[in-house]
Formats: sequence, structure tokens, C-alpha cells
Amino acid sequence: MKKLLTLSLLGLAVAATSAQARDDDQIRIAVDVPYEPMEFRTPDGELTGFDIDLGNAMCAEMKVECEWVVQGWDGIIPGLMARKYDAIMSSMTINDRRRDKVLFSEPYFTPPSAWFAPSTSDLDDATEDSLDGMTIGVQRGTLQDNYVTDMYGNVADVNRYSTADDMVLDMESERLDIVFLDYPVGQSTLLESENRDYKVVGEMLTEPKKYFGDGFGMGFRKRDQDLADKFNQALKTLKDNGTYDDIEARYFDKP
Amino acid sequence: MQALLDQLDALLANNSIFTLQTLSFYGDGLVTTVQLVFMSLIIGLILAIPLAIGRSSKNGLIKWPIFLYTYVFRGTPLLVQLYLIYYGVVFVEGIQESWLWPVVKDPFVPALVAFTLNTAAYTTEIFRGAIKATPKGEIEAARAYGMSPALTLRRIVLPSAFRRALPAYGNEVIFMLHASAIASVVTLMDLTGAARFVYARFYAPFDAFLFVAAIYLCLTFSILYLFRFLEKRLLAHLQPMT
Amino acid sequence: MLDLQGYGPRLLEGAGVTLSLAVLSLVLSVVLGLVTASAKMSRSVIAHRLATLYTTLIRGVPDLVLMLLLFFGGQIGVNALTDWLDDATGVDIFININEFIAGVVTIGLIFGAYMGETFRGAFMAVDHGQIEAGKAYGMNDRLVFWRIRFPQMMRHALPGLSNNWMVLLKTTALVSVIGLADMVRIASEASKATREPFTFMLVVAVVYLLIASVSELAFARLQKRYSIGYGEMD
Repeated sequence: MKKLLTLSLLGLAVAATSAQARDDDQIRIAVDVPYEPMEFRTPDGELTGFDIDLGNAMCAEMKVECEWVVQGWDGIIPGLMARKYDAIMSSMTINDRRRDKVLFSEPYFTPPSAWFAPSTSDLDDATEDSLDGMTIGVQRGTLQDNYVTDMYGNVADVNRYSTADDMVLDMESERLDIVFLDYPVGQSTLLESENRDYKVVGEMLTEPKKYFGDGFGMGFRKRDQDLADKFNQALKTLKDNGTYDDIEARYFDKP
Repeated sequence: MQALLDQLDALLANNSIFTLQTLSFYGDGLVTTVQLVFMSLIIGLILAIPLAIGRSSKNGLIKWPIFLYTYVFRGTPLLVQLYLIYYGVVFVEGIQESWLWPVVKDPFVPALVAFTLNTAAYTTEIFRGAIKATPKGEIEAARAYGMSPALTLRRIVLPSAFRRALPAYGNEVIFMLHASAIASVVTLMDLTGAARFVYARFYAPFDAFLFVAAIYLCLTFSILYLFRFLEKRLLAHLQPMT
Repeated sequence: MLDLQGYGPRLLEGAGVTLSLAVLSLVLSVVLGLVTASAKMSRSVIAHRLATLYTTLIRGVPDLVLMLLLFFGGQIGVNALTDWLDDATGVDIFININEFIAGVVTIGLIFGAYMGETFRGAFMAVDHGQIEAGKAYGMNDRLVFWRIRFPQMMRHALPGLSNNWMVLLKTTALVSVIGLADMVRIASEASKATREPFTFMLVVAVVYLLIASVSELAFARLQKRYSIGYGEMD
């Protein structure tokens, strides 16, 4: 039995690209694209966005080498636990459900969630009555998904997407009546869209905390408290020296 | 092994994943999958019969377009076909204003169309093979009885071709069941869609996907035994005498 | 004319990923298929049962579900194993399964089951008299395998092999769902960004048809080669 196990382990080691000792020189950070303006790709494939720039600035501040790993959203936390990478920086909202699995940094950005609909839509409020029979778009496994599924799953159709891009496309083609998104993402993909006019429906939401949590944080494995502390320190420095504001200005219009 | 048993224990004792909510997702998913597969198979079958006859025709104008259709649909991934139909349909000029829009707006219909066209292409080729394999003697006998070509087709060629096509068609049914799993990429909440939802919500790949794999396994075996039974009944004359 | 809007090079890269993924998983599935076929034909009851379990399970579950399971669950499983090794022996290794390898292993594993059935049927079709004749010539088992059973088996296996390859090729498209940048993935990214689904998806469809047609020709030639000596019989 032992021999068999050793053999199969050997086989696995050969099959895997890299069997390596854990090392700390390089930090791998997972990100799910596209999620404009937080993280997305240019046509030639280069990663860009608020998270990317801020992450790179923090790594430069810490004088470590960072590598971005692109990972689909629905596998992003299992991938961290599975040590495919060392951190997540992908517009991930800090909430209790995720705290069970993930160690979070201090929040580095705090956006609300908002409802978006075509400006021609009759919807002017998101309630159980007004959403009755509507088709709502959310990204699978996001806090918006959890919120909509629990609150409106019984009265409305919920279409779940792997990426925010897919959702925007179905919104444009009128397959969806309304979507529920992080506000900055809705702002740059819908409100600033050249193809159609959209509006924000109802109030922006940051409560209840059970769903909406405490802003975006970087995620780490529970035992990597040191790494989290280093990033918290770097974030503080960047906020103090103005770099953070520069990056923010690059991607968001100040209201 | 002990770890596995412990995990099983924990799963049963503290079952936070398989709640009423998630089980109802799986239940609805089962209904969607069965509906989608069953409907596409039926429509595909109805389309495939005339196509297979046309594909066996000697007239090039009938034969080659059908060949092209089956070649393209069998030579490209179903996923690509699904993307093309789901995203393609919205670019038809004025579709959003037409009466068709409420129908194709729902992801179910584009998925059904893609699956139907795909299975019709495979089924056409299966039937064509079966028609081609009709023993010459049977056709000659029908002629000798004075049957017209149409009558020969209806009474002799097709019935025996259907029987011969049965085993291959059984495989096609199972293939379609498995292929239907990609419906989840266009937001349909079929069985796989339900599993992906549960996975994304609870970060539990084993629970979510093993459970759904078991359901698919049961479905596959049901189809398998159904076709075994049919073959026994309908192909009894081909069995070796004992 | 065809305007790929700057996505051309990445599409080409994607086509490379698709092709290498398909070829590597074909190799793996052939190896697994040969092992499975031998296990099924062996006298060992355990080997036979294991092989049957493997082929039944794999062929009963959709490719995509297996892929999601192995891709998302696989790393956790491997880690559990390495953690256990760490606890038990103090050897601390970390095995990182990247998407490409996961794709190759998954598709190879799936098609190994189908290949197993193909090879089993083909081995059984080899005339037993030929094997006996080989033995009568004083060949040992290994020589009989390489000179008689294998080449003749290939003649019977080729149609099934060719069929499996075509299905395998199309199955590679599923890796786009788990995030591997094959050509379907890149085409779908491009069509969403440019709002032109037809341009990119049709290009991808044509490339698939091209690969399929070329391999059809290649298999026809192979079939000819392995049928030498059978003349016009088939």
C-alpha cells in the first residue's frame, strides 16, 4: 500500500509542472478578469486596472516580486486554500462568510453595490414587488449573487454569469432587465457605455453587513498573518505619500 | 481512509451545504436537463429522418448541402455552436422588437436550438449508415412485389434501418445528456448549473460535483438499460439462436 | 475582409494551446487505454474490476462535470496528500497543478476510458491462430506482442481511435469554461469586448474543421499502412 502510494505520488510529481519547495521571494496574487475598472485586460492581453496598479505599487513598496495569476471567480478562494497562489486581490468584499476561510487585509477600497437598468426601463425602485417576474443578472458566487438569491430568488429569475463581461453583453442585448453590481464596475461598464444608456435604480446598498461586508480586502491563507501585515503596512505608506490617491484618480471620477 | 470517514461523518452531522434551498436547485436543474435533452432529441430525430433520406439521395443538389451541414456540426465543438447561436441571435437586426424576442430571450431556447441542430447532424449520419446497410435482397424483394420506391422506403428500408441504428442511437442519447452540461455556460440552471452555484457559494467542490456526478450516472444507466431492453425486443431476430 | 481587431496573435496562441492540449491528452489517453484494455483482459479479478469501475464511472458522467471536479477538487486532493506526507514523514513538498496540466490529465483520463474499450475490442479481434503461429515460431510473449498482436490490433483499433480523436478534439473546447486560454476562450473574450461574436467564433469553427479534416486524411493513410497485406479485402 505504501509503495503504491509513493509510486502514485511520484507519478503526480512528474505530471505536475512544478514540484517545488515553498518559497517567499515571489508572491503570487490571484485576480479575476475582466472586472472593469478594477481589473481587466487590454486587447494585447496585458493586465491593468485599479487593483493591479495598487497591488504593484504595494509590492514595489515592500520590495518584493509579485506575479499576477488569472483565476476564475468561482474558483478563487479554493485556489488560495489550495496554494495555487498566496493572495487574492480581486475586488473581494470582506464579509463573515469569507472570513471563515480567508484572512483579510485592512479594506483598501469601499464601494457600494448598486442596481443598474436601461434608462428606458420603468423600474425606479428595487423591491420585491417591482422585481417580480424580472430577469436579474449577477456574477456567480459574488455577494450580489448571495443577496439577490436570498432576497429575490423566489419572485425573479436570477441569471448567474461567470464574468461581469458576459452579464453586460446580455444586458445590452436586453436579455436582462436589471443587474446588481459593485458600483464602480457598473459605472465604467454600463453608465459610461457608448452602446446604450443606463441608470442606477433605487438606493445604493452597503447594508446589511451580513451580505455587503466591509469593503474590498486582499485575501490570504489564515496562517499567513505576516504577509497580511506587510501588505497593510505598505497600504498605509501609499495612502500617506499620495500614491494611493494618484491611482484612484486614474480609474474613478471623483463624485 | 480514516480522514475520508471523518469527513463523511462531518458531512452528515453538520450538513450546511445540502439544505432545502440547494436541493431544490438540484431538483430544478434535473427538470431543466431532462427537458432540454428530451426535447432536443425528439426534434432532432424528426429532422434527421428526412435529412438522412436526402443524404442518401443520388441528387447532388440535395445530398451535398446536407453533407455540408452534418460535416460542420459534427466537426466543431457544441460549445462553439452554442456561443454562436446564443450571442449571435441578438445581432439579428430588429430582433428585440419582433415577436420572436420573448422566445429567444430566455437562454433555454437558444440552447435547445443548438442542441437540436447538433444531435440532428449526428443522427442523420447514423441513419444514413443504417440505410446504406440495407441488404440488397430486401429491396429487390420489395421491387419484385411491385412496390414503388416510396413504398419500399416506407415499408422496407426505414423500418429495418431504424432497428439497425438503435445501438448507435443509444450512444447518441447518452452523448447528448453529457453534452447538455454546457448549458450552464449560458446561465441555464441545469444540473451542472446547480452544481456550479453550490460550489461557488460554499467553496465545496467535492460535495457539489460528486453529488451531481451521481445523478448523471443514474440517468446514464437508465438510458443504457432502456436501450438494452429495446434492442432485445426489436433486434431479437438478429440474436444468435440458442 | 476579416478584421481580427488586434486579437489575431492571441487567437493563434490559443490555437496552439488547443492543439498541444489535444495531442498531449491523446498520448495520455492511449497509454491509459492500453493499460485499461490489458487490465480488462487480464486474469486478475481485481484488475478487471478496477478497470470496469474506471470505464463505467468515466463514461457515465459528463466531461464538463469531471473537468470541474478534477480541476477544482484535484488540487485540494493533492494538497491533502502532500500535507499527509508532511505529517507522516516530514517531507514537505508542494505540487502545483496548473490549468494546462489539469486539462491534459482530465481529458486524458476521460478518453483513456473510451480508448480502453476500443483497444479491448481490437485485441480480441486478432486471430488467435496468429498468436499460436508466432509461438510455434519460438517467439516469446513480448515478441508476439510487438510483432503480431500490436500491429494487427492497430488495424482493428484505428477506426475507433480516429473517432475518439475527433471527439477529444472537440472536448478540448470545454477547458475554456475552467479558464484555460484555448482558442475558444480567447474568441469568446474577443467577441464580448468587440461585440462581434460571429467574426471570432466562425474563425474558431473553421480552425476546428481544418484540424479535423487534416487528421481525417492522416488517419486514412495510417489505416492504409496498417492494412498492408489485407489487400482489397476491406
